[in-house]
This record gives sequence, structure tokens and C-alpha cells, in this order.
Amino acid sequence: MGKVILEVKDLKTKYVTRFKESVYAVDGVSLQIEEGKSLGVAGESGCGKSTLALSLMGYYFAPLHYISGDIIIDGKNISGMKPDEVRKNVLGREVAYIPQAAMNALNPTQKVIKFVEDVVRAHDKSMSKKDIYDMAVQRFEVLGLPKEVLSKYSVELSGGMKQRTVIAISTIKSPKVLIADEPSSALDVTSQKMVIKMMRELMEKGYIKAMIFITHELPLLYNVTDDIMVMYAGQIIERGTAHEMVFDPVHPYSKGLMGSIIVPEAGTRDVKLEAIPGTPPNLKKPPPGCRFAARCKYKIPTCEHGERSPRIFDNNRMHRCIHSVEYLQERYKNEREAGSKGKVSETGAE
Amino acid sequence: MGDIIKSDKIAVDRAELEKRPSVLRGDKVTKVFGYGNSKTVAVNAVNFNFREREVISIVGESGSGKTTLAKMLLGLIGVTEGDVYFKDAKRDISSHRKKKEYWRGIQAVFQDPFSAFNIFSKIDSLLLDCINLMGGKKFSPEKKYEMMSEACSFVNLKYDELTNKYPFELSGGQMQRLMIARIFLLKPKILIADEPTSMVDACSRATILDMLMKLRDEVGMTIIFITHDIGLAYYVSDTVYIMEQGKFVEVGSAEDVIISPQAEYTRRLISDVPKIHEEWDLSTV
Repeated sequence: MGKVILEVKDLKTKYVTRFKESVYAVDGVSLQIEEGKSLGVAGESGCGKSTLALSLMGYYFAPLHYISGDIIIDGKNISGMKPDEVRKNVLGREVAYIPQAAMNALNPTQKVIKFVEDVVRAHDKSMSKKDIYDMAVQRFEVLGLPKEVLSKYSVELSGGMKQRTVIAISTIKSPKVLIADEPSSALDVTSQKMVIKMMRELMEKGYIKAMIFITHELPLLYNVTDDIMVMYAGQIIERGTAHEMVFDPVHPYSKGLMGSIIVPEAGTRDVKLEAIPGTPPNLKKPPPGCRFAARCKYKIPTCEHGERSPRIFDNNRMHRCIHSVEYLQERYKNEREAGSKGKVSETGAE
Repeated sequence: MGDIIKSDKIAVDRAELEKRPSVLRGDKVTKVFGYGNSKTVAVNAVNFNFREREVISIVGESGSGKTTLAKMLLGLIGVTEGDVYFKDAKRDISSHRKKKEYWRGIQAVFQDPFSAFNIFSKIDSLLLDCINLMGGKKFSPEKKYEMMSEACSFVNLKYDELTNKYPFELSGGQMQRLMIARIFLLKPKILIADEPTSMVDACSRATILDMLMKLRDEVGMTIIFITHDIGLAYYVSDTVYIMEQGKFVEVGSAEDVIISPQAEYTRRLISDVPKIHEEWDLSTV
């Protein structure tokens, strides 16, 4: 086992609305990432994926509030820090965050080099412009970006190029952990591939030590990350290696998610596409018991009572279903055998 | 995952498909924007023939001209050169009345459900407009109510919960389903679906595709998907058109085009999509 870079223990955060209602978007998340590893987070819209990303930075501002839990980056606990301290000492150095529409973050009236200066100066006021420029040129070169980009305005760059530039800028101080929230969703397939390639390079060259990658595109996650965890209603309901999660999911929700994968490969045209009926629960008042119970095909009466604690199996896989792994696998197997050749499965009522 | 099924079912289908009557045919359809030096040929002399109950995908990168083509097919923008034939007769949309008549036969679902609705009118009036366009203006209120609730229940929505609401009170998925309810009321010959699932997650995508396919079987319409999602094109369509810089570089059955692509562009496009059974080669970019 390698050195643990990021460790999160039972993290809980909430949003507080204008009407003083609490929305528990991250509810008891624990995870560990070792050096040189990447972790993918999958789930539907509204499952708390993006909130988890925001919470992991340790930088909380209204309406997001911290409740409890620890975030330990390379031995340093950042969860109790004041926002100002976090901004100065953690962001950029320890953690870098790339939001969904990062490429829109570039001010069109400034040249790219100005953003690099801003980032570097925020941490180190003593560096001269010349030094910063040299540093940027060197980093851009390594990552395969032309240095001409530095003296351009953001409007002169294409969407894919902008996204790669933003990633290069935000990792210029070589943070330990990179959190990428749908970094390639707004791009076409070719630009997406270039962004992914660059993120791989960042890892391989050691500029970042660990990565969290959030997306709902499972084939992409499968190709990018070592491990995948599936999030539902603010909780992690299953975790395993990318291969295990895609080809052998255990929890009924993960199973449903994996059933919605479409890839352009021979044979996949005749595979039945699964749709999970209904929508995720309202997190103002999370349902007692298993949060997925209302939408689950394998529900039994006890599902709706008592908190489901994580169950570990097969040395390091985790799931949160009341049923045993053997039982679920048996059910899936039977279903597969009985499955008709129909194209799309039945979708239930709302 | 299922076994690889490559039966001759597909070949039989194609022969039968070729015999079906044509619903929309294009002959050297061209669109040019601008004049002189700033001239851009967005769609360059494309030929196509869409048949009854066929599911077609037009696939290309951003800027390949696929949305321009869709707009021309819908009659929202003019055609610079070439002809469009609707049910084997030359399309005539020279007046507003003729356009309205044409739109009874061809309808669209767009990418962004949030901007597709008039935010000032209620959902009822949106559905009533559809009934009026179908010539149901003189129907009794009971009949109209019945039609609207039938359309809503087709897409798993409840009309009684929607009535008197404004579109912005619904979620994105609900709005996209309401768009499909509109199509159910109108029962057009052709549906153009311009990136219908690119703004929803994978689970809702399955639901929406499921509904569109059910609708096709029920109404017997032709669906034209405009998309950059090759996985989706492969999964749903009978015929795939690959578009590059305003031209079709490859046309054929989904199986032929996606599994054994001939054109260089198609090959590149497919190699750029992350897959789960094959290695994703990152060195090619």
C-alpha cells in the first residue's frame, strides 16, 4: 500500500437555503486515495457529486456549510481551518479544483499570462514577472501547450484549448490533489481526449499526486481512473476498482447506472438499456433506511428502516445494500438469463 | 454484457427498408452564409433519402454543419441551392400558411429544454397550441382535456399536476419529457431530435430514448437524430450519416459505419470515444 495522500473521514456538509432549511448534500463520506492513484465519482444529477468536490477543498462559503468530519491531506488536517487560511495555504498548493465550466472563468480582457501571475503571486509575492513567465513556459511545454498561448486573450482560444489552459494554470503550484468536476463535458470527443491526456501527464510527471475525477459519463471514468465510487443521495453506496465497478457492480443502483452505458462497440446494439425509474430523494429530509429503497427492484420491507452501514467485502470493495453480495449476484445472473431480446427495458411509473 | 449478435436480421431489415416510401429527400442541398471573402459553405451539396419509420443519425463534430442542415429541413432557414422533397413532392413553404401545413408533418425536439418554452405561457396553452395546430380547435373542452392527459401520461407525467403551472416550475428532465408529449399530440411524419440527450445524465437519457422509440412504434414516424454522441447513434439508428465540414463522408447502416468505418474521419471520430471493451488509445491526439 502506498502513502495515503488524501483521507476523508465521515465528512458531512450541508446547504442552508434562504428559508433556513438544511439540505444534506454530503452525508458521511469517507474515502482514501494513495499516492499516484485516481478516484472517479459517478452518480446521477443531484446526487451530491459536485458538492463533494466543493467540500473537499475545505473552503466553505454560504450557502455551503461544514458540519463535521476530517479532511487530511498528506498528514495535514484542513477541515478546521478558517476560510482565509485555507485560501492562502491550501488552495493551489495542496488542492486544486477545476469546476464544470472552468473555461468560462478566463476574463476576456486579460492575457493568459496575467492569470498565471495572479495564481503564483497569491502564494508567493516575491517572484518577478520574468521568473513567472519562464516557469509558465516550461510547464506549458511539458504539457504540450504552445507557449504562444500565454500572450493571447482567452477569446482567441478554442474551447478545448481554454480548458487545457485553465488546468495548466490551476496546477502551476503543483498541488497534491487535483479535483476535476466534469472537466470535459462541454467539449467534443477530440478535445475531450486531449484534456484527458493532459491530466494523465500531470499525474505521470508527478505534478499532482492524486486525482478525483467527477463525471456521469461512465465509459470515460472507466478509462481515466483506477477506482470508481458511486454516490447516491449524498452517500457513497459502492466502491471498487474501475473494472470491477463497470463489469461486476453489486449495489442495485450501480447496476442500474452501468446498464445505461452506451458505447460504439460491436454487440452493444443488442444489449438492453436500463433506465432507473423515478428521481433521487429530496435531501432536505433524506428517507430513513436505504435511500435508494423507493426506486429499488430488490426492495424488502426492512430496507426502509435503520441506517445502512457500509459492508466491506473482497478486500477493499464496499457496498451499502441490505442484501449480500452472493444474493445480488445470483439475482443479476438469473435476470440476465431470463432477459428477453427486447431493446429497452420497461420504465416504471414516476 | 450481452453476447455479440451479428445476425442476418440486419441485412433483411435493410432490404425491406429500401422499399419503404420516402418521406424526406434532399437533392444537392446547400447552405451558404455570407458573401465574397467571408463566404462560408455550411452545408455543401448533400444528398439524402429518409424513409418511413427509419431512424437516422447525423453525426459530426461541432461546426460540421449538422444543425444548419436540421434547420433547413425544418424550414426555419432558407436553402441556398438544391431541393427538398417531402413525401416525394417538392416542398413548398413559400407562405406562412403553407409553412404551418408543413410543420404538421415535421417537428423537432431541441437540446436545451430550458430555452425551448415560452416562459410567459402556461403548460396548458402549450399543449392546446399543439391541438389547434392539428386542427382540433373546435373540439369540446372534455375532448381536449382527454387528449392532453393522454399525452402527459404517455411520458409518465400527470396532467393534473401540471395544469396551471409555468414551464420554469418543472425540472429539466420533466421539461424534456413534456417536449415529447407535444410530439405525441402532433403525431408528425418526421421528428428531428437535435442533441435531445446531451444536457441530461445517462439515466434520463435511457428514459428519453425509450420514450422516443415507443413513440416511433406508435405513430410510425421517422426520427432524425442530430448528435455528436456516436454511442447513441450506434445504439438507436438504422442509418448513420457522418458529416464533416458540410459534407457526408460516410453513409450506411449503423453496423457498417460504426463497426467497420471506411472514411478516415469516421475512424478518428470513433477512436476518440472512450470505450469499455477495447483499449482507449490516448497517443493519437
